[in-house]
Amino acid sequence: MCLAVPMKVIEIKDGGQAIVETGDISMEISIQLLSDVSVGDYVIVHTGFALEKMDPKAAEETLSVLRELAAMDATDMGMDTIED
Amino acid sequence: MTDGNIVGTGERIQLLHGSGGLMMQRLIREIFFPAFGADNDAGFDDAAEITLHDGPLAFSTDSFVVKPLFFPGGDIGSLAVSGTVNDILMKGAKPYCLSLALIIEEGFPLAELKTIVKSLADTAKIADVRIVTGDTKVVGRGEIDGLVINTSGIGEILPNASISGVNARPGDVLLVSGEVGNHGIAVMAERNGLKLKGNIASDAAPLNASVIPMLERFGESVHVLRDPTRGGVAATINEIAEASKVTVLLDESSLPVGREVEAVSELLGFDPLYLPCEGRFLAFVDGGKAESILRFLREDAGCPDATQIGTVTETSNGEVLMTTVSGGQRIIDMPAGELLPRIC
Amino acid sequence: MNITNSLRDPAVIRALGAQLKNLSLSRKITLMEVCGTHTMALHRGGIPSLLPDTVRLLSGPGCPVCVTPASYIDRAQEIGKNYGVTLTSFGDMLRVPGNTKSLSESRSEGINVETVYSPLAALDMARKHPAIEVVFLAVGFETTVPPIAMTVMNARDQGIDNFSILTAHKLIMPALELLVNDSDVRVDGFILPGHVSLILGSEPYRPIAEKYSRACVITGFETADIIQGIIMLAQQIEISQPSVEIQYCRAVKKDGNPQARGVIDTVFEPADSEWRGFGTIPLSGLNLREEFADFDASKKFPVEVNAETVQTGCRCGDVLRGRIEPAECALFGRNCTPEHPVGPCMVSSEGTCAAHYKYSRTR
Repeated sequence: MCLAVPMKVIEIKDGGQAIVETGDISMEISIQLLSDVSVGDYVIVHTGFALEKMDPKAAEETLSVLRELAAMDATDMGMDTIED
Repeated sequence: MTDGNIVGTGERIQLLHGSGGLMMQRLIREIFFPAFGADNDAGFDDAAEITLHDGPLAFSTDSFVVKPLFFPGGDIGSLAVSGTVNDILMKGAKPYCLSLALIIEEGFPLAELKTIVKSLADTAKIADVRIVTGDTKVVGRGEIDGLVINTSGIGEILPNASISGVNARPGDVLLVSGEVGNHGIAVMAERNGLKLKGNIASDAAPLNASVIPMLERFGESVHVLRDPTRGGVAATINEIAEASKVTVLLDESSLPVGREVEAVSELLGFDPLYLPCEGRFLAFVDGGKAESILRFLREDAGCPDATQIGTVTETSNGEVLMTTVSGGQRIIDMPAGELLPRIC
Repeated sequence: MNITNSLRDPAVIRALGAQLKNLSLSRKITLMEVCGTHTMALHRGGIPSLLPDTVRLLSGPGCPVCVTPASYIDRAQEIGKNYGVTLTSFGDMLRVPGNTKSLSESRSEGINVETVYSPLAALDMARKHPAIEVVFLAVGFETTVPPIAMTVMNARDQGIDNFSILTAHKLIMPALELLVNDSDVRVDGFILPGHVSLILGSEPYRPIAEKYSRACVITGFETADIIQGIIMLAQQIEISQPSVEIQYCRAVKKDGNPQARGVIDTVFEPADSEWRGFGTIPLSGLNLREEFADFDASKKFPVEVNAETVQTGCRCGDVLRGRIEPAECALFGRNCTPEHPVGPCMVSSEGTCAAHYKYSRTR
């Protein structure tokens, strides 16, 4: 529940703030709910705050699992367990 | 730079500027007339005289209360001209002239008024219309919020144009002239004070250069024209579907949405389908001619992003459906009132 | 890396849609999502039209706007009217009806209501205008609580005393426990809220799987995520091995965000809370702790409000519990539409009834 969007950190500022961007749009948000945020990290942004970092490796894994799922034979669907 | 010509003005509009006396005449002479190319010797006639050819005319009016007054890509001035010019074009008519009425709040900064008047003039030039008559009122502080503009306009309906909201029929193809939602997002981003930096700009602009050549070339094949302003593409298509009593089927993967619009929409909680555009048009055209019209719009009429986004499938009570990217289907409903972002 | 763009690859989504449509199960199953943003996302993605006949998908009480009682809206209006404060709120609250009218309607009667994207914007307003009182309507599940808690801490640290919040926060676990204990509804599996879980992690949900034997998948919000989540749930149910899986693993950690939970705990404490359509659920809401009383708008601006009156015929409570589907309510589509909503499920654009009305009516 709640609208949140992944954005890339491009600048860390004083006072627990950071500049993040997505698709050529950038905005200033608070990173007070996270420690250890660096430029280049992807964070999930909700109501002006970063709530969590996005894990790029896990993201890639999800993507490849989804592609496999998309390519699977439909009759296998109900029976097999998908390894994550 | 001082504006010492305008008697006793300082930097702000005062009640006297609207009271019909010397200050008002000076305001008009020194700010409005030069901008709109009016003849100072014409005097302050109560009405403009115009002569048109025989034939049906289109007549439209619109009032503009946009907040904020200035937004990326435009302001209330450029909007006020584009809005009425486009409404006239949407009837298949060539815009000829406009009236301009301003209601200004006492204390309104003169510098801002001048910027807006310049926008009005510049946009009128692009739209090839003249502002031939006008009215200025000033009301007390707090009685309105800043500035309200009304423009009304007349145009001559092109000979082979027969455009109406009831004309969509099964087999028609729905085209849009470019990316959607830009104006709505530009205003919303500005209004939310989000300190967004990026390429977001309103698309507000007159549509003469694309609509008139299209109608001159394809006249009878264009059945409905409408610009998706309030309520966006979703509301506009619903209105036409209901008026024409047809079902319109949209294709989600064809909808042209700019990357920035998509990003900001997600961030703020909007759906681009419901965001107003002020420089785009929707056209329901004869299915057989759709490809030629699309090519023409893209190559010869300044609409490189024009796309087919749907078809009219059958007669009905009026309904808009959409095939989703996932291969499913959903209804596209009329928006329920005020455009509100959702967050949680 | 642009993960979002890759997740939206039309070819992949179309293929996933086909997989969902062709899902073959040995029996009929009932799934429930408990997040307003999931309700919205799956309807926008056209997912209900892709579900096979064997899968029934219900929307639960996961829309915080929907479960906010009418008396809260009334209280906000009374505060605005009697004390002349500026009310600030997320946009989705504005059309929720109080016992007489919505906040949007009360604007035309002179009450100041501003929509904001972030609670920090409300705090900023207070900072820039020391002469006015700013009240923020603090609504939302655990996703939104840490931002609001942090804002209150910032207000305290910056000495801003013309800022306060009116709380109506809700916690997801008490609602889930109520649902699994409700014998009228048999839900086989839950699509768990991806962003609430950013904060909570996966551990709190374990009793749902281990004690109550319901399948659980913490799911993201892309169409691809939701389809995968549904398929994972179906598989857990088929092999009778309910557990808590994380589909949204690129963002949700097992342990969630302990720092954010710490901030919640510093500022708020659990309290009994009234849910529209459910009545009071013990320890299901949050109140400001005593040391933050200065930021509590209900204490700063005391007003009298009446208890909630339920509209005759309104069955939001049953819809929110998944006991009935929107079309089974006699008011749906007749007296109760998005233009004239009676109950919360129709008011919020994420409400179950609003989503069904807008997106799935012809089905």
